[in-house]
Amino acid sequence: MTDPAGVLDATVREQWGRLTSLLLGHYRRLDLVEDALGDAVEAAARHWPARGVPDNPAAWLLTTARRRLVDQLRAESMARRKGVLLVTDAERRQESGRVMADPGGVVDDDLLRLVMMCAHPALSREAASALALRLVVGVSTHDIARLFLVPETTMAARLTRAKKKVVTAGIPFAVPSVEDLPDRLDAVAQTAYLAFTAGYAPGSGPDLLRAELAGSAISLVRVTLAQRPDEPVLLALLALMLFQHSRRDARLSEAGELVLLADQDRTRWHHDEIAEARSQLDHSSLLRPMTATAAGYVLQARIAAEHALAPSAAETAWPRIVASYDLLLQVTSSPATRLARAVAVSEAEGAEAGLAALEGISLPGSHRLPAVRAELLTRSGDGDGARSAYDEAIALCRNDAERAYLVGRRDRTAG
Amino acid sequence: MKRYVFLIAYEPGGFEQAAAEVQQSYFTAHEAFSTYVAEHGNELSSAALADTDTATTVRHLDGAKSVTDGPFVETVEMIGGYYDVELPDMDHAIAAAAILPPAYAVEIRPTITITA
Repeated sequence: MTDPAGVLDATVREQWGRLTSLLLGHYRRLDLVEDALGDAVEAAARHWPARGVPDNPAAWLLTTARRRLVDQLRAESMARRKGVLLVTDAERRQESGRVMADPGGVVDDDLLRLVMMCAHPALSREAASALALRLVVGVSTHDIARLFLVPETTMAARLTRAKKKVVTAGIPFAVPSVEDLPDRLDAVAQTAYLAFTAGYAPGSGPDLLRAELAGSAISLVRVTLAQRPDEPVLLALLALMLFQHSRRDARLSEAGELVLLADQDRTRWHHDEIAEARSQLDHSSLLRPMTATAAGYVLQARIAAEHALAPSAAETAWPRIVASYDLLLQVTSSPATRLARAVAVSEAEGAEAGLAALEGISLPGSHRLPAVRAELLTRSGDGDGARSAYDEAIALCRNDAERAYLVGRRDRTAG
Repeated sequence: MKRYVFLIAYEPGGFEQAAAEVQQSYFTAHEAFSTYVAEHGNELSSAALADTDTATTVRHLDGAKSVTDGPFVETVEMIGGYYDVELPDMDHAIAAAAILPPAYAVEIRPTITITA
């Protein structure tokens, strides 16, 4: 592999978080490190094609970024420097001399420190997600903005605010205490899952790239899992994400319309990812006691596994899915989960049972509840009831593609 | 060390109306808080504040001094006290705040240094 651009891309993809954490651990300047590393990547793009790819591309980037940082620090007064230093743990400070060795043999704890800082519970989950994708996975601000469907300037401001809070509030570049670790790992998982689901939230049009960007949330989990290999919450979340992500190519038709799970071409699913998700879900650590967040991901992953492993939509084991939803409701009772359970009940036991399961669910402002009711009323032969439920859903739906789908369903519903 | 001010919000009258053993648990919690802060940093100052019906707010309106009865913002919860402490980082600040009585909401505000 001597293609300079390819090597640079791969190095950035695989080493960004590690390089960022090394530089942050040493210089403790959240406001300078990211730019310095960005400058180093730009310099590599300029120099490597002419001078050849260095033997150790990551070390080249590290050295170049360090030079930029040192130049900037020299240009500043000490007085200014003091206020903006990142807080690190005492242990880390003592070893700060030796971690600047080549990035192949670093103290990996720095990477875990970086993840824990980005996903800190004192940050909003939106801010934490964006910060983790930027600093740990190296996703550009442009792409993070696209993932979360906000203008790039909005995302840039969100990242700046998050970094300011980290420094001002003293959110530490540190691994939490043992008793806090389970909660903090839950926070990392929730941060990653928010970024992942953002990639699958309906946008204004077909956007395959957003699904690919959701994959960067999987990278965030993999990076953290490499540091803490047996954590149930990370194993369960990785399985859940892989099952869902494996279907990305089958989700959209050639015309760019959403294809429902039952109608997807299962040969277009990524079966290697499904196999990996299965083995994660079978991990012995998932038999240990775990947090409610982890248990919730395990049950959701089991439900996703039923879909992923069914030979066809008709052969889906709906009663087992209903059983998993029943357990999930014991862990986390949300109206959205109850709605999903009602859909599973209708598949397992028929439309009437599904309609009965809808009783008492309240999702104000959402089109999903009336849309499901309309579908079940159609199946149970109540055309008038179905059309009025479709009208209700259409009035509430804010996404063009989904609304067009609902209008089509209503117009085809016989009286 | 970072310096933080902990603003404690709680419902007015909550402490006075509590049973004796609950009141004792408040004292115990505050002592445990002070012990934790002493172990990990410094307690610079603290105070319990009288109810907001004794508050007076001074503002300048159109260039003239205006003195009014009451707090600057009317809320259900009120600031019932504060701690001004030094602690190593936010993780320690959160751990310390969690020691205080569970009836409190504790707002952690980092302080900043304003230089001319």
